[in-house]
Amino acid sequence: MDRSAHVALARGVRLQWEPAQQARVLLYPEGMVQLNESAGEILALCDGRTLAEMIDELQRRFPDAEVGDDVLEFLADARRQGWVEWEDADHER
Amino acid sequence: MNADGAIQEPTQHVSLRGMPLWLLAEVTYRCPLQCAYCSNPLGFARYRDELTTEQWVSVFRQARELGSVQLGLSGGEPLLRKDLETLVGEARTLGFYTNLITSGVGMDERRLARLREAGLDHIQLSFQADESELSDQVAGRGHFEHKRAIARAIHAQGYPMVFNIVLHRLNLDHIDSILQLAWDLGADYVELANTQYHGWAFHNRKALMPTRAQLQHAEAVTERWRQKADGRMRIFFVGSDYYDQKAKPCMNGWGTTFLGVAPDGRALPCHGAAELPGLALPSVARTPLREIWEDSDAFNFFRGDHWLPEPCASCEVLAQCHGGCRCQAYLLAGDPAVTDPTCPKSPHHDRVLAAVEAADRPGTAKPLVFRTVENSRLLRGSGTDPNS
Repeated sequence: MDRSAHVALARGVRLQWEPAQQARVLLYPEGMVQLNESAGEILALCDGRTLAEMIDELQRRFPDAEVGDDVLEFLADARRQGWVEWEDADHER
Repeated sequence: MNADGAIQEPTQHVSLRGMPLWLLAEVTYRCPLQCAYCSNPLGFARYRDELTTEQWVSVFRQARELGSVQLGLSGGEPLLRKDLETLVGEARTLGFYTNLITSGVGMDERRLARLREAGLDHIQLSFQADESELSDQVAGRGHFEHKRAIARAIHAQGYPMVFNIVLHRLNLDHIDSILQLAWDLGADYVELANTQYHGWAFHNRKALMPTRAQLQHAEAVTERWRQKADGRMRIFFVGSDYYDQKAKPCMNGWGTTFLGVAPDGRALPCHGAAELPGLALPSVARTPLREIWEDSDAFNFFRGDHWLPEPCASCEVLAQCHGGCRCQAYLLAGDPAVTDPTCPKSPHHDRVLAAVEAADRPGTAKPLVFRTVENSRLLRGSGTDPNS
């Protein structure tokens, strides 16, 4: 994955805190996923900033964790699920 | 930090069980279409009163307090409510993800923009077929060209678009062309929903049930499209219980996830609850929603799995299917409190097999009974109490 790719939530996908669930959730057409804390932290940063910026920010917040590979793996899966999107450098999937 | 973590239900959080996560507001049963498979009750014409704007907003507020997060605005045709923009705006402010489930009839670009401004999150647009003539044949008046224009406008205004179509004997063979239409219109999701035989669809069952060969062909075509559309258009093929030979966990279990409200305020534990015998449906106009959800007889009637008789009682998959669909049990076995006859273990399963086999035999086409006010009165009389 290209570290200069701008990562955003996919069209129609919304992230919000649900008091009733005491958790962040991801909402999309007729569906919901309750997020654990780390997934919520990553997805909250998917606001159009670059992957490199996301990793820097997460590293700043969690200095004791090795965030790089885990974040990449998570985002690749989130993209397959249709939760996040970014343009590939060569415009191919 | 792994990807699996996102889709699990982490134990440190509050369990989702027991929250009406999905609130379905059937804001009106008025509809410009007359689809012969409509899921509204046969007696819909008896629902003359509709909740006011204030009453709906109160329902939304109370549902949010119970944990509801997805709101379906449905009908009938919800666009016939002049206050739809207000309802969307209030729901969105309360934190709902707002889904409009519409035929598109009554929509135009200005209204689309106003709904967008109000915060509408997503539109599910229903089609009947891939062309005008067949649309009319299924829905009385299908408004096909208008729908196509609205689909384009939905896409152009940046909404995620869900293309929905109910599949049956008359349109299954058009599946390739239907998927091509969805593709050309820029659909993000396609829901290919095979007819479930309740309500009007049960009444029209003989005309709507496809042959098994039709279904197999449609599934194969869908699979080819999945390969082609990967990433751009997600396709969901929802089978029919009759053909899948498997009871589905209807409503994810009674009183666990789903809370419907009919136009007049009757609270519905499932879409078809108004047609089930012996259920007194409480009204949101008179009873607080929490009391309805937690304490009403209607929502407790089939809650949990303990009440199910054999063959469910000792079945190893009971926790997954919850005994299936109460409406199918009632319509096929005459008793809503028995195993769904679509399950091969049901003592009434032969009735499902007989219906599937009958659909395979060649015969003259049965005329459709359209969902009209007139037919509703003919079938269910003109009293005012749908429960009587």
